[in-house]
Amino acid sequence: MKAGNISYRIVKDKIFKYFIIVAAISSALPLLFILYYIVSNGISAISWGFFFELPKPPGEIGGGISNALIGTIILIVTSSAIAIPPAVLLGIYLSESRNSMVSNLVRNAVEVMQGIPSIVVGILVYAWVVEPSGSFSTLSGAIALAIMMLPIISKSTEETLRMIPHYILEASLALGVPYYKTILRVILPSGLSGILTGIIISISRIAGETAPLLFTAFGNPFINWDITEPSNSLPLLIFNYAGSPYKEWHALAWGASIVLIAIVLLLNIISKIISKKWEVKF
Amino acid sequence: MGSKVLKIDGLNVYYDQSHILKDINLSFAENTVTAIMGPSGCGKTTLIRTINRMHEFTHGARTEGSIKLYGKDLHQIDPILVRRKVGMVFQKPNPFPTMSIYDNVIAGYKLNGFKLSKIEKNSIVEGSLVKAALWDEVKDNLYKKGAFLSGGQQQRLCIARALAMNPEILLFDEPTSALDPIATDRIEQLINELKAGLTIVLVTHNIAQAARVSDYTAFLYLGELIEFGTTKKMFTTPKNKKTEEYLNGKFG
Amino acid sequence: MINKLAMNSFSGDQSFKFILLSSAAFILMLVAGIVITLYYYSSLSLSTFGLEFITGSTWDPVSGEYGILPFLIGTLLTSIIALVISFPLSLIITIFIGEYFTTGMPNTLMRGAVELLAGIPSIIYGFWGLFVLVPIVREFQILFDIAPYGVGIFTSAIVLAIMIIPYSASIGYEVIGLVPKELKEAAYSLGATRYEVIKNVTLSYSGSGITAGVLLSFGRALGETMAVTMVIGNSNLLPGSIFGPGNTMASLIANEFTEAANELYLSALFETGLILFIVTAVINILGKIIIKKFVSGTK
Ligand SMILES: Nc1ncnc2c1ncn2[C@@H]1O[C@H](COP(=O)(O)OP(=O)(O)OP(=O)(O)O)[C@@H](O)[C@H]1O
Ligand SMILES: [Mg+2]
Repeated sequence: MKAGNISYRIVKDKIFKYFIIVAAISSALPLLFILYYIVSNGISAISWGFFFELPKPPGEIGGGISNALIGTIILIVTSSAIAIPPAVLLGIYLSESRNSMVSNLVRNAVEVMQGIPSIVVGILVYAWVVEPSGSFSTLSGAIALAIMMLPIISKSTEETLRMIPHYILEASLALGVPYYKTILRVILPSGLSGILTGIIISISRIAGETAPLLFTAFGNPFINWDITEPSNSLPLLIFNYAGSPYKEWHALAWGASIVLIAIVLLLNIISKIISKKWEVKF
Repeated sequence: MGSKVLKIDGLNVYYDQSHILKDINLSFAENTVTAIMGPSGCGKTTLIRTINRMHEFTHGARTEGSIKLYGKDLHQIDPILVRRKVGMVFQKPNPFPTMSIYDNVIAGYKLNGFKLSKIEKNSIVEGSLVKAALWDEVKDNLYKKGAFLSGGQQQRLCIARALAMNPEILLFDEPTSALDPIATDRIEQLINELKAGLTIVLVTHNIAQAARVSDYTAFLYLGELIEFGTTKKMFTTPKNKKTEEYLNGKFG
Repeated sequence: MINKLAMNSFSGDQSFKFILLSSAAFILMLVAGIVITLYYYSSLSLSTFGLEFITGSTWDPVSGEYGILPFLIGTLLTSIIALVISFPLSLIITIFIGEYFTTGMPNTLMRGAVELLAGIPSIIYGFWGLFVLVPIVREFQILFDIAPYGVGIFTSAIVLAIMIIPYSASIGYEVIGLVPKELKEAAYSLGATRYEVIKNVTLSYSGSGITAGVLLSFGRALGETMAVTMVIGNSNLLPGSIFGPGNTMASLIANEFTEAANELYLSALFETGLILFIVTAVINILGKIIIKKFVSGTK
């Protein structure tokens, strides 16, 4: 350390500390105002009807976002069904083969997938699914979202399983339990809470994705249950209505924003609870 | 003492390039306790892992020579079966954290998909816990997870889990090195009781422990079997200078 | 090293190993498929324009001329300005959480705020930007006598910066959490003040980790679409100033993809996607490599 006037150094230390405190609070507070602004704008749009009705045409007050809400739920369920099985298997593979050439290649592939801009995922799934099938569809949107979930889930699965002590595995193997049964019945249950947490976090990430849906799920003014048909989603609705010139639609979009944030928040809280409550102590 | 349960002939073990065990010849007699001693890194763990073929999970491990279980070459027997006949208890107690005490004991059956009736299961669980001298302490908490047990109790739970499979041989790898003296004492008593029913191989660093519980002692040094004989003889009149130095605490 | 995929006589093990390997093969094929698809759909544009695709400053679907220089510049400008704005702010939050308040109420509150903000979807940031930030910027532009667009490169850079702050702050406090305690204690025992420890030990030790965090945040900013497209003005001309409208590559694709009526137009958009993909992949891998080196260096 540089020798220097001690009192000068102490003053400098104090000033720095207060600077950090003031600056951190004053950069976080305005950001929280964003949240406040959204809530104060959207809360008036929210009522029971908001969840159960379709949007009304411009000019009419009220209406709801049921089409987008149902679309988002179907998209989440479908994309989870597509992404979870291969992602968890991949996570097991990565945790079990730590340092081979192939596994490092695979690890980098997962890294690359995680970095793909979401809009690029959108055009890829357009080329793979929408163009060959000839129409926009919920399924194509779910595939796009699944591609975004896959690296998140497999990385969290890998990290979770790596934390499980090796002696748990050996205990089972030494009882004459075959390797695959050991993984499926001993290791996976021990890592269940971590894997579930990863899955829920991945859902909370894709729930708000818009760009991959622009050219896949596309949007739909009506409720749609058929995954071969286009569907709306909360973020798509926000995007379309925010850009519209109608005040009533803006109000719907603010309301939808609150719902979307609430969903994301809820998922984050659930993931926290699961990882705390179900934590396996080794 | 009875016939030889396990016979090791000209065993060499390699990890990749390094030669870990060199030309080991050794056999274990029925209903005896054989202690395996030697300084850290001499290959004790490696030796017992080859006996239940756990070494096959180690990348780059290779063996030469023969190991015969009741006269049959281990490598002719399915490794899964070998591990059921030759149980193993580890240095650190390792009960399954997600399972209850009850499930831990029958884990070997459950995980392997054996279908057992409730009565069979109950009798296996009780029998194994009794043999492992743990029954009285846990009989009221059978359906709780094992995490609340003390280290010594956890280790006895692991012993019960191994006993549940009815092994011919039980391998212990420094089973008391993570335990306090009282818990250690319990395990030693237990080993003494167990040898009536099976054959025990005990890796230990604790010279006094070997003296207390073993009938035979094998002394390994740098991957070679330096001396093997009855514990009494070896501890009183060791033939080899290295053995003597080790027993007198000159190294290790 | 334990080889847990060791052979076993039970056929279950073989099939399990096979399934695991197929999941690995699947991901490799997926990434290969991504590259091949982007390349295949770009090939018409690649062969028609060659390098001029990157150097050309005219994007005119009517005359069939496609050059993405305006979008390249727009992408770099928004992302770099966003980094410049967000870096000091996230560093401050990092030091707040990672040095001064590692536990207790202030830590919980600040971390909670960061996580809350990280959870807000980008579309909502864009929506907010459009309705709140754009009018404010417009007021300032009138005040300073600049053409009052409101929307534009600078506005979207601010929105991006806001979105990045929670992300880079959370990388930040993970990184400085890895600085060995002994190092800091050694400095304290030599009589250093906290400020001196932060400056000379914590920050200098975690330099490469922080660099990686900046890279990863940059990668995020480059690929961000929705928040930007709502506030950038979507002008396909070379940006005249950072306070005027512009466009980014991601936003270009979002705006024009459904309009691409002919093969060359579509191909040009795919090539834009290909370039975006390559740039973000390189930046991400670089960031991850640096982080990995940093983490293994702290062990
Ligand atoms: N997986 C492995 N790969 C390569 N070498 C290994 C491996 N496991 C052990 N070794 C080496 O083999 C030798 C014997 O190891 P082993 O674990 O059998 O010793 P040990 O006698 O049990 O020692 P300790 O008393 O410390 O438990 C050591 O030199 C060790 O470094
Ligand atoms: Mg050992």
